[in-house]
Amino acid sequence: MTSTTDYQELEALARKGRWLAISTVAGSGAGHVGGPFSAMDIMVALYFRVMKVRPEEPKWPERDRFILSKGHSSIGQYVVMALRGFLPVEELKTFDKGGSRLQGHPDVTKLPGLETSTGSLGQGLSVGLGFALGARMRGQKFHTFVMMGDGELQEGMIWEALHIAPRYKLGNLTAILDWNGLQQFGWVLAINEQHRGDRRDPWSGIDLRGTFEKLGWRCLEINGHDFSQIVPALESAKASGDSDQPTMIIAHTIKGKGVHFTEGKHEWHSKVATKEELKIVAAQLGIVEAGV
Amino acid sequence: MKALRDVFGDTLVSLGSTNPDVVVLDADLANSTKADKFAMAYPARFLQMGIAEQNCVGVAVGLASLGFVPWLSSFTVFFTHRAIDPIRMLVAQTQANVKIGAAYAGLMTGLTGKTHQDVQDLAIMRAMPDMTVLAPADAIEGEAIIRWATEYEGPVFVRLARDASADVFDQEYRFVPGRTISLKEGGDVLLISTGPQSVRCLQAAELLQGQGISAGVLHVPSIKPVNKEEIVKAAEKVKLVVTVEEHSIYGGLGGLVAEILSEASPRRVIRFGIEDRWGESAPNDYLLDAFRMSPARLGERIQKLVA
Ligand SMILES: Cc1ncc(C[n+]2csc(CCOP(=O)(O)OP(=O)(O)O)c2C)c(N)n1
Ligand SMILES: [Mg+2]
Repeated sequence: MTSTTDYQELEALARKGRWLAISTVAGSGAGHVGGPFSAMDIMVALYFRVMKVRPEEPKWPERDRFILSKGHSSIGQYVVMALRGFLPVEELKTFDKGGSRLQGHPDVTKLPGLETSTGSLGQGLSVGLGFALGARMRGQKFHTFVMMGDGELQEGMIWEALHIAPRYKLGNLTAILDWNGLQQFGWVLAINEQHRGDRRDPWSGIDLRGTFEKLGWRCLEINGHDFSQIVPALESAKASGDSDQPTMIIAHTIKGKGVHFTEGKHEWHSKVATKEELKIVAAQLGIVEAGV
Repeated sequence: MKALRDVFGDTLVSLGSTNPDVVVLDADLANSTKADKFAMAYPARFLQMGIAEQNCVGVAVGLASLGFVPWLSSFTVFFTHRAIDPIRMLVAQTQANVKIGAAYAGLMTGLTGKTHQDVQDLAIMRAMPDMTVLAPADAIEGEAIIRWATEYEGPVFVRLARDASADVFDQEYRFVPGRTISLKEGGDVLLISTGPQSVRCLQAAELLQGQGISAGVLHVPSIKPVNKEEIVKAAEKVKLVVTVEEHSIYGGLGGLVAEILSEASPRRVIRFGIEDRWGESAPNDYLLDAFRMSPARLGERIQKLVA
């Protein structure tokens, strides 16, 4: 099985990924940071350990599928895909610029390796459900992973998918909830109210796990920044592909994870780091070749 | 010169101080749409509905029936696409007193790309009976329209660009539904436009002046209702009519003008706008250039047409 040094390798990739994400956003002058940072470790685990993919053959029929339903975190996915070899790291510079394959939100018509387009929140799980259902009908063995945000979970369309997947017994479908406790604006904290972030956790006090379980999902709960929990959970979900229950991985995460001044701050949902801030980021992530 | 989103936020705050029935329902975008200014000023009348636009519309309809004047805050695209059924059945068909603050309309949405750009909203909302559809050009008109919509009893859709455009109106400005406004007279060609694109048309007309082409600019802030006679009259004074909009060339202002003229005073109408393709993530200047909507590009295109 996986060794500690292996997790250290993934940690290093995630640090590099965070650096590339925040510096790319700074270079293009707009983009998201908080969401890409909270999702980074899980995406690194998916692309580097769990999913079978062929960067040189993105349409390989047997590939596992990943949908970043919280599409505003696109830069996080682009960075991980670049590190994995789907596109040159150099190309990240074109993010959000005219004519780029790297659109503000993932565009399946532009970048090979994406499975669908996202950006209008709440729609990814339905497409993933279609992948999983189609795979069953065609007798194909790939697994489908869909990552959603906790704010995104407020969209009704997700709940439309949540109750259908167990009905069709789709063990080959895994939803991942990036429960980072913050969305874009959300609800302000009352005086003396304490939450993980600087706004109210959208689902605090609500038994999400129990709710998903009652709808028929098998639930795993992990720290979404600890590879020794992330990798086994994703592998267990994938291993239950032939089972009759879809898996929901509830990942407890920190929005803006990785740099002290972005963690738990809703303003870093979408924000451009200054030169000075980038220096601190490079130091905290241990990026030596940053050149800032 | 003030960004239209700041106009939205500031005007709501001002309205909130005089009208206790004004409430704001946000679908988790208040710090983009600037409805957060209202949230700070009147926290009890700011209702955060989360990332759930359809529910947000339905709740507003309920509040309106109790005499509240709900303003909705989200991006245009999530109203006219995600929440269109509740807007159709609950707002328009019941003539509910709900005000849709459609932020980030058009192409220039701050590098978010085609998923967030709405260049179909005018076509969709125009086809909606009982809906008033307004598109202000600058900060002064924006404020006047938001104030007018709050007083008016019935559904209103206000198309608000994200950023600022140069001021074309002064404090004397008064909004009158249906009325069109001549920003410049000209004999060779008439540009008919709406929203901040009218300002870019005026700039194009000034460029054309230097090249000996006399272009008039007619601004249509009130897409619905609209004073048809005014459009016919203005069109009859020139040889060529060109509609220009930061919107699809299908069904929006170009459609409106073509429909009116083909019935009342048939003539050639050229439609400038987004030609049946999606936008992309890019800075404003890039987009205006790529979609040939900048004053310079418009000038070139008009020159070719007139030659
Ligand atoms: C349908 C829809 N409504 C609103 C938005 C605007 N928006 C983009 S990100 C975001 C907040 C998302 O919060 P969450 O899902 O928790 O993501 P994360 O915290 O991981 O960034 C909002 C409201 C959108 N993209 N789509
Ligand atoms: Mg979140």
